[in-house]
Amino acid sequence: MKIGVLALQGDFIEHESMLRRLGVETQEVRLPEHLQNLDGLIIPGGESTTIGKLATDFNLIEPLRDFGREKAIWGTCAGAIFLSRDARRSQPLLSLMDIRVERNAFGRQVDSFEADLDVPRLNAPGSESRLYHAVFIRAPLIEEVGPQVEVLARLQDGRIVAARQGHLLATSFHPELTEDDRFHAYFLRLAGKQETIVACEES
Amino acid sequence: MTTQTGTFKVKKGLAQMLKGGVIMDVVTADHARIAEDAGAVAVMALERVPADIRAYGGVARMSDPELIIQIMEAVSIPVMAKCRIGHFVEAQILEALGVDYIDESEVLTPADEAHHIYKHDFKVPFVCGARNLGEALRRIGEGAAMIRTKGEAGTGDIIEAVRHARSVIGDIRRLQNMPVEEVMTFAKEIGAPFELALEVRELGRLPVVNFAAGGIATPADAALMMQLGVDGVFVGSGIFKSGDPAKRAAAIVKATTHYNDPGILAEISRNLGEPMVGRQVSEIPEGELLAGRGW
Repeated sequence: MKIGVLALQGDFIEHESMLRRLGVETQEVRLPEHLQNLDGLIIPGGESTTIGKLATDFNLIEPLRDFGREKAIWGTCAGAIFLSRDARRSQPLLSLMDIRVERNAFGRQVDSFEADLDVPRLNAPGSESRLYHAVFIRAPLIEEVGPQVEVLARLQDGRIVAARQGHLLATSFHPELTEDDRFHAYFLRLAGKQETIVACEES
Repeated sequence: MTTQTGTFKVKKGLAQMLKGGVIMDVVTADHARIAEDAGAVAVMALERVPADIRAYGGVARMSDPELIIQIMEAVSIPVMAKCRIGHFVEAQILEALGVDYIDESEVLTPADEAHHIYKHDFKVPFVCGARNLGEALRRIGEGAAMIRTKGEAGTGDIIEAVRHARSVIGDIRRLQNMPVEEVMTFAKEIGAPFELALEVRELGRLPVVNFAAGGIATPADAALMMQLGVDGVFVGSGIFKSGDPAKRAAAIVKATTHYNDPGILAEISRNLGEPMVGRQVSEIPEGELLAGRGW
């Protein structure tokens, strides 16, 4: 399996190390041709305005949309904003996921925080449930989700911080900044499933 | 379910989100909007860019909070601001304003000739300048969550930033190849905390993000620093002291992403207008050099 990491700006190296730890080949994506032969793509944390501008300038918006219609994409923080259809301000978005996000929803950097989340999807069936320790940095919030979107995690007060729509995944926090690889493993399962579906259709 | 703010992980984490990006000096809300539109990952709010601080002379202090607030209101990206070396009350004020990062900076006139701020006491993260590995690790020991080269600010001359980046990265390579029993003496020689020297030997890099700053004026300068191995760049006077700031800013952002692609660098370097005039560091009298400030 080969997973791309959008490397326009942000903490793409952290994602690559996590993927390599899980035995996956990685590819940095800066131009449309780098999307060839990938099984999935991660859009890292960073500044969503910068990533959006560079994606526009280097003609990546449409190729990324086409990619996301067929293959798995996971956006963390800025990546989640970029995947959304609405960020409540004018900036380039992929509009692949039916979610509305609020940028910097928790305030400024002094309000950035770490918290334990209950993410039932990460627990293997039959095994004991374990909380997921999440790192939120000037994080966005998923304010509203469409009917096809499954909520994966909420803060204690009920606000949504992780969601999935088919093979698309959005988290407002940064699994790549932790040692816990369960979210990356979960994403690889989404990317793998997609591969099987395509293979069945072809045969 | 407990939540914690102000941890070293979230302080260092914001710098990780800035990697591969350009942080631009701005002196007005309008500049800040130009920087954000050009793709800056953050702005540094200050009253005068370093080139003007040099020209103006006198004591350079923290900027007027009113200006910083206007800039914070103008953009959605992180806003940084500078305090004087050792001036922990300026830092307290900047924290109270809600800035996202504090630069304890040699560009301002130092307030303490022997001590830097104890930065672990703050919830807001700090970036500090360094000329070599020992200085970088002393700042990290005091709580800095991000390091930048000092370079020689306000000159448009890249030579000092190159010297400082090569020195830090070169010393990391030496440390990596060193038998462990030699680390204590090496740490003593460079004035670095021993535990941090061990950590760098293990990681093969600084334990926090490392940017280049001081003298970057062109897309090629930014790409040079990235190829030397830094994580991103600060551009001070280089943008708003040039002929076409918006165009140059956007080109430097692109160069920082595509730093390894000479074809793209050639394309984006075309027709940028006049660069900042600049001043050779070798012609500046020693007393006017900024990089020597800090201990």
